[in-house]
Amino acid sequence: MAYDLTFAKDVYKKSEMGHWIKMCMQCGVCAGSCPLRAHWQHSPRQLFQMVRAGKRDEVLKSSDMWMCTSCYNCIVRCPRNLPITHIIHGLARYAETEKMTDPMQPTRRFAVEVFWKNITATGRVGEAMLTMRLYFQDGIGSGIQKALEMKDSALGMLKTRRLNPIPFRGKIKGYDGFAKMLAKAAELESKLENKE
Amino acid sequence: MKEYTFFPGCSSEHNASAANMENSVQAMCRLLGIKLNEIDDWNCCSASIGYAGGGQLPRMALSARNFALAQKQKGNADLVATCAACWLAMRETNERIETDDDIKKNINTALAEAGLSYDGHIKTRHMVEVLIEDFGWDALKAKVTKPLKGLKVAGYVGCQTNRPFGVCGDSYENPTYLDQMIEATGATAVPFPMKVACCGGALMFSEPDKSCVLTKQILQSAVDNGADVIVTPCPVCQLNLEVYQGKINTTLNTNFNIPILYYSQLFVLSWGGSWQDAALHQQVIPAEPLRRFA
Repeated sequence: MAYDLTFAKDVYKKSEMGHWIKMCMQCGVCAGSCPLRAHWQHSPRQLFQMVRAGKRDEVLKSSDMWMCTSCYNCIVRCPRNLPITHIIHGLARYAETEKMTDPMQPTRRFAVEVFWKNITATGRVGEAMLTMRLYFQDGIGSGIQKALEMKDSALGMLKTRRLNPIPFRGKIKGYDGFAKMLAKAAELESKLENKE
Repeated sequence: MKEYTFFPGCSSEHNASAANMENSVQAMCRLLGIKLNEIDDWNCCSASIGYAGGGQLPRMALSARNFALAQKQKGNADLVATCAACWLAMRETNERIETDDDIKKNINTALAEAGLSYDGHIKTRHMVEVLIEDFGWDALKAKVTKPLKGLKVAGYVGCQTNRPFGVCGDSYENPTYLDQMIEATGATAVPFPMKVACCGGALMFSEPDKSCVLTKQILQSAVDNGADVIVTPCPVCQLNLEVYQGKINTTLNTNFNIPILYYSQLFVLSWGGSWQDAALHQQVIPAEPLRRFA
């Protein structure tokens, strides 16, 4: 059976920095450089080869790329100068737009459901609200448990004026324009993601 | 007096997690003769996990809006960031806008909705680059009136104040600029093999168990090498190393109690600034080893 290149071509075109995958020579330096290497099933090198082999479901349903801490070790060590961190971010985002990621994947959930919503709601990070939303995303019971676990740290942060006791924050002054800008950027982005 | 456009970032706001960095940076700049002109009405840079919810255009539009405001308010003066993620996101966005015509066009279509435009030409620099390149080691040493003699410090560079852009051409695997800063204050930089290891970054929030293991190894290495305190330029590293020590002690059977400071706090104290100026009253783990210099 001949290779089906449909998936690879999609990734090259629609996934941020995806076209660089063509350049990977499968040396594995990225794999050895990743701080979370104990926790993924496939290294960046393996994911890239799976893209080339047309394994769409295995790549996009994988939680591997959500293990990226953005440490940029792989990027500076890659002997072919592939922007590996960005390719991995791109694959994670592509899986998200294709609705292939497990919605309960913790980093996907935090990044998409909590963090992005938090910063776009006012224009800036609201740290207290961010933490509350994260802790209580699985309901009151587990939220209280998580909050209690971090109680001493939270009190320390409050006492040293490094945590706002009021979780609500105002919007930036130019919020209307900011929101319109983001809506336009998202509209242009979806055209890019859907280009044939 | 040297002037720069300033992007403090969300964690440097009043009552935010890196308020101790912001307060000590401001004191450091006053002592050194730097005027920081903050961008009015700046927004979040999207940090390192903005890619997942934002993709490339919405994510980069955030930094582009900051550049557009900066240009309108302050011209093309160098833009200084103190947060690693802000520095990285802003620099990356500027590079993409200046080198990719499609990105530039799309970003400007989005910016137009806010009545703004940006086509490049502002250089983004990290505060540590400003200290090293625009002032230099001799000037930094000359400011010292209270050498931090005998203080043993582990210089924790972390990830994003090192990779992918690097600081002043320093090595990615063994950068020495932070050790040189420590030594410039009269303190001793201890050998620290974990100086560029990852603390887990934003995954401390989503994958705390995995990230705590990384952070534990960093803390252990500093303690094993005899450090009294750890010093870092990065607000995420500082937060993860300081605030999660309690959780690490409980879950991983350790007994850490090591203060995590910013380079700016060491400079301020050694240059004759007060405990308050150096924002040392804002440490969750008290900076007791520094008391004798206050």
